[in-house]
Amino acid sequence: MKYEITREPLDPESLVAAVRSDEFGAIVTFLGLVRVMGDGDRPVDGLAYEAYPEMALPEMRAIGAEASTRFGEARVAIAHRIGDLGLGEVSVAIAVASKHRAVAFDACEYVIDELKQRVPIWKKENYRDGEARWRPNASPKA
Amino acid sequence: MRVRVLTFAAIREIVGDASRTLVLPEGATAGDAWSALAGEFPALGRIEGSTRLARNGVIIDGAALLSEGDELAVLPPFGGG
Repeated sequence: MKYEITREPLDPESLVAAVRSDEFGAIVTFLGLVRVMGDGDRPVDGLAYEAYPEMALPEMRAIGAEASTRFGEARVAIAHRIGDLGLGEVSVAIAVASKHRAVAFDACEYVIDELKQRVPIWKKENYRDGEARWRPNASPKA
Repeated sequence: MRVRVLTFAAIREIVGDASRTLVLPEGATAGDAWSALAGEFPALGRIEGSTRLARNGVIIDGAALLSEGDELAVLPPFGGG
């Protein structure tokens, strides 16, 4: 399994490689990208991410372990980038492998939902007008 | 006793340092550490309701007792993903 917090650009293929196996017929990947409209509907030039890695990595591993049994057998890899990211860059990458696609889709959604609530990582939106603001994630889905 | 306080994101910007040492009396709780920090930086009072504390990487409540050498992280709402 692969769990990573890095300042380097993410390589989704390396996550796919980490979870693939002859036993598994499905791999679902999720990529989170920096989009131009921030959560406050103001255009951004980019985002800055910061993490508490000593807590974030164990939490990512815990979420991966939960996801790998909760819906059926699955294998999970998660990578999150920190530092300054420009538009279109990948901030988070998840790969989940399972025998059949339903388990992989469910587990992948679980991982991104839980990551946003539980992993100590923060995001600052750098707006085009020169302002910047730390933006928390929304509360869990109902 | 001495506790290492780590701050992040908006809280780090208010405090000015990512890491600082707080000297507290024996028997101090996590809440006491927060009060000491908020006393020094009144702007923290506005965000107290949304802030959580972690001791050595585990979320705790304000009543938790601290020990010499603990690492106390002050965590604003998460924004990863």
